[in-house]
Amino acid sequence: MVEFLQFTLSGISFGMIYAAIALSLVLIWRGTRLLNFAQGGMAMFTTYIAIEVIYHTGSYWAGFVVALAAGIVLGTVAELVVIRPTLGRPELNAVIITIGLLILLEGLAGIFYGGQYRSFPTGFSVTGLKVGTTPLGISRFDVFVAAAVLVATLLLAVGFRYTSAGLRMRAAAFNASVARLSGIRVARVITVGWALAGLLGALAGVLVSPSTFLYPNSMDTIFVFGFTAAVIGGLDSPLGAVVGGLLLGVALSYTGGYLGSQVTALIALGILVVVLMVRPSGIFSGARVRRV
Amino acid sequence: MTTRSLPRILGAALLGAVIVVILSIKLNAFRDYQIAEIAIYVTAIAGLTVLTGLSGQISLGNGAFMLVGAYTTALLLEHLGGWPFIVALVISAAVTAVAGGIVGVAAARLHGPYLAGVTLMLGVALPALAYAYPGIFGGDQGLNVTYTTPGFLGQNFPLTRWQAWICSAVALVTLVLLANLGRSRVGRNWRAVRDDEVAAALSGVNVARARVLAFVVSATCAGMAGALLAVITALVAPGAYTITLSIALLTGAVIGGLGTLLGAIWGSLVIVLVPVYATDVATSHGLSTTIASNIPVAAYGVVLILVMLAFPQGIQGGVLWVLRLFGISAAHPAHEASPADAMPSAGETPARPHEKEGTQ
Repeated sequence: MVEFLQFTLSGISFGMIYAAIALSLVLIWRGTRLLNFAQGGMAMFTTYIAIEVIYHTGSYWAGFVVALAAGIVLGTVAELVVIRPTLGRPELNAVIITIGLLILLEGLAGIFYGGQYRSFPTGFSVTGLKVGTTPLGISRFDVFVAAAVLVATLLLAVGFRYTSAGLRMRAAAFNASVARLSGIRVARVITVGWALAGLLGALAGVLVSPSTFLYPNSMDTIFVFGFTAAVIGGLDSPLGAVVGGLLLGVALSYTGGYLGSQVTALIALGILVVVLMVRPSGIFSGARVRRV
Repeated sequence: MTTRSLPRILGAALLGAVIVVILSIKLNAFRDYQIAEIAIYVTAIAGLTVLTGLSGQISLGNGAFMLVGAYTTALLLEHLGGWPFIVALVISAAVTAVAGGIVGVAAARLHGPYLAGVTLMLGVALPALAYAYPGIFGGDQGLNVTYTTPGFLGQNFPLTRWQAWICSAVALVTLVLLANLGRSRVGRNWRAVRDDEVAAALSGVNVARARVLAFVVSATCAGMAGALLAVITALVAPGAYTITLSIALLTGAVIGGLGTLLGAIWGSLVIVLVPVYATDVATSHGLSTTIASNIPVAAYGVVLILVMLAFPQGIQGGVLWVLRLFGISAAHPAHEASPADAMPSAGETPARPHEKEGTQ
């Protein structure tokens, strides 16, 4: 029973990281109908920047903030420089460009920082929390991880719901042509979406790296599971991204805990197939008519 | 249609065979190995370009089918020593065809990113089986594959040249068959399904069957490529069939020109030669090993981005554009000439299924 609780709590902590990646993919998908394969690579790169800042300033929080800022900049620059020219072209082209960007970022990280595994500091203690004498299997830092992603998600949700910028983003995602006719500068909205996605990715990178170590490919697995979470939830739904992330995080935590880490990918595939058999466009897909 | 294009296709294949034989004799063993490698990628990418370009279904997991083919071949050659490779190749193709059918059925209702997600996870999950059952699949170390040149070629015939020949032979046969298939009723059904499922169904096309068949064809090609890769690398280990391989296949298909078989050749050339060339350049400039080993990676990424920005229809699209510029497009023997029977341009290919996922 204690074990079960421990797996659940650590699953939630990891699930929130998948949720952050999933949410960043959803933001970009809604704006551009594009899967950003560079999301993990961008997060990896901003985490390297964070490590440099932490090393030079000695402050975790300076690195944390710089990483988030770097995420915004990287997302914006990527959209303006390599994605903007592909709008209106075959969508797979932009996907291949994001794959190229991923490979480029991993190559650059290798050139600048080398391929060795680097440890990444945490902002809070990593000693396990206890209730009485029962260990919970999570630390203060894990709580911070979940809280940080939750806060970012809520801020986004509130922003989408109650600000005019959020309304413009929802309108552009709903129907770009109509939004454009209503005077919304859709291109700018898309850039903002990429910037926010870069920020969320950077957040995920900083939060996950203490447990995965940092190396040029360190975010690949996280990206795959984040993508899977987004697909499970439905790529049009920010709520789906969070639910999908939590679902996957907890399920994989049980799998790893009870069955061993070798089968986690197989279980993830199983969950994905079962969910999509029932709902081919994810759990939170809106009703729509495909067939006559 | 077939009466006109079949001789042209066979002629192009014959030309390809002659080029391979001449190159393999003129070049050294390392280059021969590269020829074999390129031919393997051509086989796998040609299958993927048919799946994604013609039937409109994306797959980020064709590396998993290569894994199935490779392990089938390794197990067959290990347990049935003395059987000719061609038998192992045919059985591997059949086994992967079944695997492709299973995945195709599971994927038949999925579109765009949802199909991408399932196939991506397939590419991640299948190599894990090798770790989960080390008794059968050898775990991390994988399985060794012993394969030598057949006796009739004599003792001194270089192994790499023989490998270049068999890989190229399989690639060329695959290209000929796929070119014919693409021009047949099957190919027309695929294009109809890709462009509009509802319209295709109303015209009497069995949409589900067409989509599953595309997966079977694509998986079969990947399975043969995997069998060949097992033989030329003399080893089948899960590390060689990761998601990176699957993504490289899709990249090759799109970079070359999605939906065109010549594009599969261009894409394979880019995938195999660009990293090797960049490594040569980096090491010849006396850079430290960390930097020298990472420059090819970064350069490859830049090449992908630049090719996609410069040639929206892939390299084959760029080639056609240049040929048209000189007014010799129609005279070119091998490319798909008239719009009526042409393989589709990448232009509208993947856009449709994605578009239809849109929020309504």
